[in-house]
Amino acid sequence: MTLSFFDQFMSPTYLGIPLIALALSLPWILYPKPTTRWLNNRLITLQGWFINRFTQQIFQPLSLGGHKWAALLASLMLFLITLNMLGLLPYTFTPTTQLSLNMAFAVPLWLATVIIGMRNQPTHALGHLLPEGTPAPLIPVLIIIETISLFIRPLALGVRLTANLTAGHLLIQLIATAAFVLLPLMPTVAILTAVLLFLLTLLEIAVAMIQAYVFVLLLSLYLQENV
Amino acid sequence: MTSHNALSPFIPIIPCSKPSAPVKMADRQVSLAEKRLMDVKLNQLGAWLGGRDFTPNGILSAIRRGHDRYYNKYINVKKGGIGGVAMLLVGYVAISYLWEYDHIKHDRWRKYH
Repeated sequence: MTLSFFDQFMSPTYLGIPLIALALSLPWILYPKPTTRWLNNRLITLQGWFINRFTQQIFQPLSLGGHKWAALLASLMLFLITLNMLGLLPYTFTPTTQLSLNMAFAVPLWLATVIIGMRNQPTHALGHLLPEGTPAPLIPVLIIIETISLFIRPLALGVRLTANLTAGHLLIQLIATAAFVLLPLMPTVAILTAVLLFLLTLLEIAVAMIQAYVFVLLLSLYLQENV
Repeated sequence: MTSHNALSPFIPIIPCSKPSAPVKMADRQVSLAEKRLMDVKLNQLGAWLGGRDFTPNGILSAIRRGHDRYYNKYINVKKGGIGGVAMLLVGYVAISYLWEYDHIKHDRWRKYH
């Protein structure tokens, strides 16, 4: 029984414990608690610098009510970026390739932004369904379109993350297999394929970081509209 | 406040006769169950295992102690390099391989040989 290319997305179990449990708890180990010293060790200093920069960047356009979400969005960003980057190591399992996990992140957070908007400023939140300056005959159609777009947001958030990571992992596996198989037959083409694989790995590293960032950025945008 | 309490710091330490073998700080007596694994003699291994705490709380505290030892030795140092985190990641890759071995062993280059 040969392995199909999709087997890397099945979470294998060992002694009844799925690997996804280990993969999900690893980011917790990699981010130690800052000590009470004035100068921490290098790891914590680097992480603290990154968290500060990221939080400033994301929360700059948000009003003060949205700043309550700082801890949640910063930890979500750290979690996603660590999961994505760890998935690029050999033999590891990437939990964010599972649609269930990404939808579990996207739907509750999106719903929270909508509910906050509806409760605190319902007129303003509903006003987003109609962009300014639309000609009068187009108003009914546009409201329907904007409502559909509002409800598609969590689906888009979840599926975007899943699809990007899954496609990246599949491509890496395909091109690596091609390079291996071509090596005894046509070494030159195999070397070209290996170069392509190297570039693809660099792209995957970038995609891992970018996708996590985009996820959190869009959530902050939805929050901005509603808070 | 009695005079007994006021005078107690001033009682001189009377030196006793030296013991036959010099007793260092590292040789202080601990009970068998609390000794580290490397200090347990081979014939005491069964008793040591019986005395350890295998409740969930005990296991969690053992994991916590192990983690603190690793963290303070390799990461929480003045000029920690990439080695501390790199060892963790390589360990993670190794454990992932072990976890997936039953699945990976079916990998073949060709469908029919």
